[in-house]
Amino acid sequence: MDNVIVADNLTLAYKDFETIISKASFAITAGDFVFITGASGSGKSTLLKSFYGAIEPRQGNLSVGGIKMNRIGTSKLNFLRRHLGIVFQDYKLIKEWTIEKNVMLPLIISGYTGDVGGEQVKKLLGHVKLSHQAGKYPPELSGGEQQRVAMARALAHNPILILADEPTGNLDEYSSSVIWGLLEGANTQLKTTIVVVTHHIPDEIKVPYRHYHIEYGNINEIA
Amino acid sequence: MKSLKNHISLIIALFTVLASVQIYVSIDRTIAAYESHLKDDYSVIVVTNKAFTDSEIKTMSSMIARSEPISTSAVLERLKGEMSPKNLELLKLTLPKFYRLYLNRFPTPKEIKSLQKKLEKNSAVERVEGFSQTHDTVYKLMMLFKDVVQIFSIAIATVTSMLILKEMRLWQFQHAQRMSIMALFGAPVWLRSAVLFRLAIVDAIIATLILCLTFFLIDYYGFLVTQLKTIGITVELFHFANDALRSLGIALGISIALTFTIVLFQTEEE
Repeated sequence: MDNVIVADNLTLAYKDFETIISKASFAITAGDFVFITGASGSGKSTLLKSFYGAIEPRQGNLSVGGIKMNRIGTSKLNFLRRHLGIVFQDYKLIKEWTIEKNVMLPLIISGYTGDVGGEQVKKLLGHVKLSHQAGKYPPELSGGEQQRVAMARALAHNPILILADEPTGNLDEYSSSVIWGLLEGANTQLKTTIVVVTHHIPDEIKVPYRHYHIEYGNINEIA
Repeated sequence: MKSLKNHISLIIALFTVLASVQIYVSIDRTIAAYESHLKDDYSVIVVTNKAFTDSEIKTMSSMIARSEPISTSAVLERLKGEMSPKNLELLKLTLPKFYRLYLNRFPTPKEIKSLQKKLEKNSAVERVEGFSQTHDTVYKLMMLFKDVVQIFSIAIATVTSMLILKEMRLWQFQHAQRMSIMALFGAPVWLRSAVLFRLAIVDAIIATLILCLTFFLIDYYGFLVTQLKTIGITVELFHFANDALRSLGIALGISIALTFTIVLFQTEEE
């Protein structure tokens, strides 16, 4: 199996601030379901950000999908991001776009429009049980519903890797179960690699997973 | 409704800029027409002791557009009853020649003095009358008007620049989030900013159309044009083809520059 993410002595730090992740080395293989846990401020989200190029390695090497993230250029970064599905804790939905158009975003960026995109969006909104909300705008939806929309958006373009930052952080039980169900489904049926940053690994997870824990800037594989 | 608000705020800012530019252009055009009107009315009188042809007079200064001899027959006609024909004929021969010189532009007081000196250098020229006192008053009034218009234009430009800057900050606030979210999903710059550019172009066209309509109505109802005609100025305040094109160019230039600034200063959300 190919490695989707490879970190070699990876050190992460924000400008002029102390090191957050120190000399981490690990590899995530295609089809893996990975949890990254750690206390608040431990650097879980920072590590996830480095996977989609929002923060560059201070030292060491990091490659995602075979692309080196050190001093990555804009066009390469855009290319990589078009193959990623990202779920943010604060959803990051475009407020002035309808739910349908928000889910369509990765497809618009990849150049799919019209019937192909429309069908895919319909299907995904059905999966997240939001077909009836397609024409509404994000502020009209609850937090749980917005996160389900973000989940549908992350899956819209069949990404090779889904990165989720506390995807069920403040959600109700029903929305949480829909999201975990979708992540599991994408992993088992589409063989999508999943990396989830979370405080707590939910009990309902049935798929085999790997677990990394961050403590004092060090990453250790637990399971 | 929100989208309409976004449109209206930029359209108003753009229209203000276009209107101030157009007002300046129209006033400048009016001043130019008035200058031409003054130029046609203004002439220098030259008294010579020999006859000159029009081309001979023109060689005396490049400022001279044409000359007209002033006939002395009217004066002689009045003297007909009081003098014998022989004396009258003698007087006709000894009378100096009078010429009215028209200039190719409305001169400055300095130019009049220099022209007078040039003409007086010719030994056949006995006297030059530039009517400088009347001319100077008119000229100073016109210069004062031009200065007032320029100050007014600078004031308008400052106010509109501030309006545009405010608009830019609003746009940055309104569109930054959408653009940064699109960037997180790998949208290239052109796609991220496509909506902004479309908005900018549409608003520039609408602002130009409103300006054209406004000035068309001002011209159509003719209140200003009639007022100007009464003081001898015939001017077209709005040249449809030229002014509309220039306004569209300015509006597009401003709105596209505004969009570029927003795109350039866009920061990525993490």
